[in-house]
Amino acid sequence: MKKLLLILLVFSAFPATAETPEEKGLAIAREVDARDTGWGDFQAAMSMLLKNRHGEESLRQMRVKSLEVENDGDKSLIVFDQPRDVKGTALLTFSHKVKDDDQWLYLPALKRVKRIASRNKSGPFMGSEFAFEDLASQEVEKYTYKFIRDDELDGKPVFLMERYPVSKYSGYTRQLVWIDKERYIPLKIEFYDRKNSLLKVLVFRGYRQYLDKYWRADEMFMDNKQTGKSTLLTWKNYQFRSGLKDSDFTRNSLKRAR
Amino acid sequence: MSNRFFRWILRYRWLVVMGSILLIALAASGARFLGFSNDYRMFFSEENPQLQAFEAMQNTYTKTDNVLFVISPKDGNVFTPKTLETVEWLTKEAWQIPYSLRVDSISNYQHTEAEEDDLLVADLVEDAMGLSPGQLEKIRRVALNEPLLRNRLISPDGAHTGINVTVQLPGKKLDEVPEVAAFAENLAKRAMEHNPDVEVRVTGLVMMNATFPRMSQQDMQTLYPLMLLIILVTMAFMLHSISGVLVSMLVLLMSVVATLGLTGWLGIQMSPPTTTAPVMVMTLAVADCIHIISLFLQGLRKGESREEAMMESLRLNLGPVFLTSITTAIGFLSLNFSDAPPFRDLGNMAAMGVMVAWALSMTFLPAALMILPVRPGERHTRGQGSMEKLGEFVIRQRKPLFWGMTAFILLLISQVPQNRLNDEFIKYFSEEVPFRVDTDFAVDHLTGIYLLEFSLPAVGEGKITDPEYLRHVDAFANWLRTQPEVLHVNTYTDIMKRLNKNLHGDDPAWYKLPDNPELAAQYLLLYEFSLPFGLDLNNQINVKKSATKLTASLKSISSESLLALERRAEAWLQANTPDYMHVQAASPSLMFADIGHRNIRAMLKGTTVALVVISLILMVALRSFRIGLLSLIPNLVPIGMAFGLWGIFVGQVGLALSVVSGMTMGIVVDDTVHFLSKYLRARREQGLGSEDAVRYAFHTVGTPLLVTTIVLMLGFGVLALSDFELNAGMGLLTAITIGLALLADFLYLPPLLMQFGETKK
Repeated sequence: MKKLLLILLVFSAFPATAETPEEKGLAIAREVDARDTGWGDFQAAMSMLLKNRHGEESLRQMRVKSLEVENDGDKSLIVFDQPRDVKGTALLTFSHKVKDDDQWLYLPALKRVKRIASRNKSGPFMGSEFAFEDLASQEVEKYTYKFIRDDELDGKPVFLMERYPVSKYSGYTRQLVWIDKERYIPLKIEFYDRKNSLLKVLVFRGYRQYLDKYWRADEMFMDNKQTGKSTLLTWKNYQFRSGLKDSDFTRNSLKRAR
Repeated sequence: MSNRFFRWILRYRWLVVMGSILLIALAASGARFLGFSNDYRMFFSEENPQLQAFEAMQNTYTKTDNVLFVISPKDGNVFTPKTLETVEWLTKEAWQIPYSLRVDSISNYQHTEAEEDDLLVADLVEDAMGLSPGQLEKIRRVALNEPLLRNRLISPDGAHTGINVTVQLPGKKLDEVPEVAAFAENLAKRAMEHNPDVEVRVTGLVMMNATFPRMSQQDMQTLYPLMLLIILVTMAFMLHSISGVLVSMLVLLMSVVATLGLTGWLGIQMSPPTTTAPVMVMTLAVADCIHIISLFLQGLRKGESREEAMMESLRLNLGPVFLTSITTAIGFLSLNFSDAPPFRDLGNMAAMGVMVAWALSMTFLPAALMILPVRPGERHTRGQGSMEKLGEFVIRQRKPLFWGMTAFILLLISQVPQNRLNDEFIKYFSEEVPFRVDTDFAVDHLTGIYLLEFSLPAVGEGKITDPEYLRHVDAFANWLRTQPEVLHVNTYTDIMKRLNKNLHGDDPAWYKLPDNPELAAQYLLLYEFSLPFGLDLNNQINVKKSATKLTASLKSISSESLLALERRAEAWLQANTPDYMHVQAASPSLMFADIGHRNIRAMLKGTTVALVVISLILMVALRSFRIGLLSLIPNLVPIGMAFGLWGIFVGQVGLALSVVSGMTMGIVVDDTVHFLSKYLRARREQGLGSEDAVRYAFHTVGTPLLVTTIVLMLGFGVLALSDFELNAGMGLLTAITIGLALLADFLYLPPLLMQFGETKK
């Protein structure tokens, strides 16, 4: 009896037949999420190298702390080190599964914490080609999904699927995602703008496994196909389970963040 | 040698006719590669420094190719729920325009205000239909007082509002521009269906680009048939021979299709200026045909056989027709000195066409006339009597004519400086063109189309929030605003002031530049985190945050005023800012403003080279150094006179007219060649004195010269009907020059010859 129930459960979770592309897409997204659950917290250093069509480059450096929250989006704290004039500025984000994220910015020059009272977070992050929504915690509920086909990317078998942002303030109509079949991690994402033209291509490079389970890319390269600008985002010094607590992610903690 | 060749042509007439048609068809098949250029940048060579400066600026920030919608509610008030709803609707739909990068309107303008201790960033207008009168009043107040919007996206009286769409064309396909333009025009139409109480007009650089091929095609549809008709009538009048007219028309058509085909093979794109090439080729080819056929008909009337008459005509015309063709081609080739590629193309196309026409009139034309039935007719050349009278008059009055003409010529030439250089690109389109109408409307009621853009560098990376830098940029913006030509200045310092106010609880006393660089940088960061997709500051701040772009929108002013303003602005920067801020402006308007200068300088060289080459050819052909030298006068003088006349009656010259001197040089030479060759033949072969030689020249070539001149004037005059003012001006001035050239050949050259033409024995 128990066995039968288990089989039924498995079948309802992964129905082998009559699965619509939407269901299959959602199932894959859930599996991606499931495999990336339980890491607890991490800290890392992040840098962004911005380039424009004219060949000018500029570097942004920051430190990221993140805390996994059960049944809601993660909490994250970004402290800026470079450019120098925004050193010590810190951005606190509570991402949510359904409602808009909450964000606060600490301005050291003003010694004040300001809530970012805007629903529009689709603009460029620090002048880069990443929007905040590209970097934010990718909760399953933030999109609807559709499986396209099984495919290959650089010789690796992948699921190719589309996802559609739920928020009407998103800058995209859809994203095309290549997900590694073996590891359930994104390898490449294409972003389509409001008129459904290809806007940006994000490639993940140098995946490494932490805690024998969680995959993180060393590099994320975002190429804007419309303006010719690009941003190379590099992660360094990942530290998992370093004992971050809820109290490290409060408005008051922002001021201490530097 | 040439005799044997022509005998061969006449004997194997069918072979020659078929062979020519085959070759022309082969050349013409290149026409399938023809495309219509639709980018205003076509007028600038890659070496053009202003183009380079502008492209560098575009690569640093964002492209500024745009579509501008102008919305005018019929009740004259933008701030009603219904009109604002239309603005919201059109703003949203405009994101669907192909290749659009950003859309700016008063509705998605990111209004900032303090909300308790926080910074609220939101669309200025949201859900317009539900707005209360109080909210509408607030929106009105904000929009009309916001320096970023006033005179740019909202007229100060609140009667017109704009939606500016920035477009980044990938530049991979030729149909990108028409695709965007068609979408925008359709969107404007849909907006008026959406709300019949507003009028929507469309302008912007993309619309201008889309208008170029439309102008070309319109010119082709109207000017080409008209030109053919004019030629048909003239030929019928001159030749009185159906076969002669038919064969001539075939020569013209074959020359034109071959020209277009070769253009396609060479990969040259059609542009409004090159659209005139076929008209020019037809016009110039007429003369070849008329000369050969009329002599042939004369021979027939004398009772010669067809072959004999044709052989004689070819023998007599071989030299002059080749000489006039080659000099014309050289004149056109001088256009390669131009800095504007479309005019180089025009020169090469016309030169090819002229040479094709020459080849056809030496092969296809005689062969075809051997095949078709020809009746000699019983006519004398019209007007010979009056020509002889004119000749007598000139000989009798040579002294007064010489001094009178000299005075007249000097008078006209002294008026050349009356011409002012002007290349306002909006005025390249006549007031009949819808793009011009809508653009003029936008300029009259909303904002300027002419821009000056400055990329103002700070002292280093991240230094755009430096108080000193902010102060200098702000002072520069304020100085620009006091200039009478300036309608609007877009500068990021206004955003900084506003943020400073917002972050001090919206206290108006804090509407000033932050004096702490960290504070300013952090304001900016906070603001940037709040901006939606497509409305970021990357279009005015570079990635290093080491420079910002300041844009001044100007009234419709002449190129001279624009350049003067640019010089004043640069001088102001030199005098009032640190060294690192001493930059030059860049913008399409500036590129056009200087294009006249650049081209006149370039064409001066081109014309000189053409003049030297043509004069050398004349000296060799006429076998006289002295006469060759003398020919310089009637060749040069008409161009000076024409520009003088233009100075008196029009007074504005620019890009198109800069090429006229080189182009007409090769054409006006023809008249001189015909007159001088007859004069010299009379002197050398018949041993006549200079008076009798002049008499002989008038008698033999007076009428043909008059007729070909009339055809040329009509042909280039047809171009004056173009709605593309570059073509119209070029055609008109060329026609005037050709007319004046005949005047010089009839009234000035003979007295000169009688005065200076005698070699001392």
